[in-house]
Amino acid sequence: MPQILVQELSKSYLVSEREAGTWGAVKGLVRRRRRVIEALKGISFSLERGELLGFIGPNGAGKSTTIKILSGILRPSSGSCEVEGLVPWRDRIQHVARIGVVFGQRTQLWWDLPVIEGFELLRDIYRVDEADYRKSLDAMVTLMRLERLLDQPVRQLSLGQRMRCEIAAAMLHRPEILFLDEPTIGLDAPSKLAVREFVGTLNREAGVTVILTTHDMHDIEALAERVIVIGNGVIMADTSFERLRAEVLTERRLLIDFAGKAPALEIPGVRVRGREGNSIELEFDPRQVPAPELIGRITAEYDLLDFHLEQPRIEEVIAHFYKLHGATEA
Amino acid sequence: MTSIRPYLTVFRMRFVLMLQYRAAAIAGFGTQCWWGFIKVMVFAAFFRSSSAHQPMNFAEAVTYVWLGQAFLALLPWLSDPDIAQMVASGNVAYERLRPLDTYFFWYARAMAWMIARALPRALMMFAFACVVVPLFGMGDWRLRLPATPEAAVLFVGAIAVTVMLSSAMVMFLNLGCVITLSERGVNSLVVPFVLILSGNIVPLPFFPNWMQPLLFAQPFAGLVDIPYRIYFGGLTGWIAFAGIAQMLAWTLVLGFAGRRALSAVMNHLQVQGG
Repeated sequence: MPQILVQELSKSYLVSEREAGTWGAVKGLVRRRRRVIEALKGISFSLERGELLGFIGPNGAGKSTTIKILSGILRPSSGSCEVEGLVPWRDRIQHVARIGVVFGQRTQLWWDLPVIEGFELLRDIYRVDEADYRKSLDAMVTLMRLERLLDQPVRQLSLGQRMRCEIAAAMLHRPEILFLDEPTIGLDAPSKLAVREFVGTLNREAGVTVILTTHDMHDIEALAERVIVIGNGVIMADTSFERLRAEVLTERRLLIDFAGKAPALEIPGVRVRGREGNSIELEFDPRQVPAPELIGRITAEYDLLDFHLEQPRIEEVIAHFYKLHGATEA
Repeated sequence: MTSIRPYLTVFRMRFVLMLQYRAAAIAGFGTQCWWGFIKVMVFAAFFRSSSAHQPMNFAEAVTYVWLGQAFLALLPWLSDPDIAQMVASGNVAYERLRPLDTYFFWYARAMAWMIARALPRALMMFAFACVVVPLFGMGDWRLRLPATPEAAVLFVGAIAVTVMLSSAMVMFLNLGCVITLSERGVNSLVVPFVLILSGNIVPLPFFPNWMQPLLFAQPFAGLVDIPYRIYFGGLTGWIAFAGIAQMLAWTLVLGFAGRRALSAVMNHLQVQGG
């Protein structure tokens, strides 16, 4: 029996809209046009205890909607979902006591309270007894390095500090499942690394099941063995990260600054994406032309000032993936 | 005991946070003194110009006015600003992640918010209207003490029920705020009803006789009129008890209906964006 079982989950919203312009606004007073938006169109997957699943997809793909249904906030239009034998929206109170949720764009700590008082409030709200609370608090303070933050009001924390506190806050009642909706959004590089490290540790050492949505492919790379790509409300891939990379992420980019004017390079399997003065940007498939070989060939023939190799960004990967699957974003 | 602990904690936290707003309390107190004097002057003019028999005498009317100023913050004319802010920001989603009954969770907060605002203002107003006003030689215009010790006890009980009743009404405003995604509409819609039907503008006994039974039975009477008349001895004996029972009944009815409505609304909740 999987810990989370999702079958044919659909969610549609009704939105009111009006035509643009003054006349549209006047017409809207008399008659509202309603349009149905299908955020999820029948998604199914299951998850075993202790897994770490990454959800990726563009804005509006349905990632957050899925998390909100799984965490009991939203009720789906149809389909079923069980988390540890409970139906999240029907058994909401029982269900939410067992899960932890962090929305990267929102805050659950009281703005005016020092962090520690916010934690104590959550202790009481989740009815955690004092001994258990001490234990989780100590564990979280050590893991997330919170000692110096505890007495500060939430409003004074930086985003990175706050996010560490948010994750700690979500773990105080020792949930077995942790939902993270864009936990690294807006964070600087060190804070992202820190968040990834904490999440990885919670998953590996405490055995917490984690479902993570993100736009940062590095989050997925660092954490998730399994990835679900969601787009237009359907699951487009449910696979391991390595497989996804092999299928989509194969292309590499090589940016070179030449000592002189950029030459007209003609190498089979390598495409020139752009050139500007002494610089050139190449795109190639490392399975056809391994990077060391390509760099070797170019350095043998020309004088190089600098070069640098990169992977396409997540947005491009997803766009490419969409093209492969014949879907476009609405 | 463990089942109400979260609600008590939320109440305590909100109460303590709200008490910090001393400047607001003092400013509110100042405004309420000013309006109190204006209302008292209106009554003074009214009683001087009319020799007809009135449903309450001048001293009672003045007491009614000052009590109204002291407990102004107990009127349900604003939805809870915290809830309005959460609705606007989308943090309502987090409220649904707590293993709590959302109605009682918000009710506890609304109540704490209300009491914390009312308490300092009421204490200042009693000190002002009972002690300071007579010191300035305006003894006729002072707030009298409760008519009898029994009236005092009944009044304390009645005001406690007023807080519960008013919190249940604030929950309806919160509900309107969740549905319309803004607190402005509901707030401006409800203010005239609250002010007139509670007796805040004109004490209810001054309304025509034929309206009296209706006015006594409607829910807003419990916010102002019933407790204040108990205070100065206008309602005694079984009528006073009937008044408090009326308030309790409305509290239960509104609480029950509000809880049903909130759960229906929450089932259709949409959290946009993100």
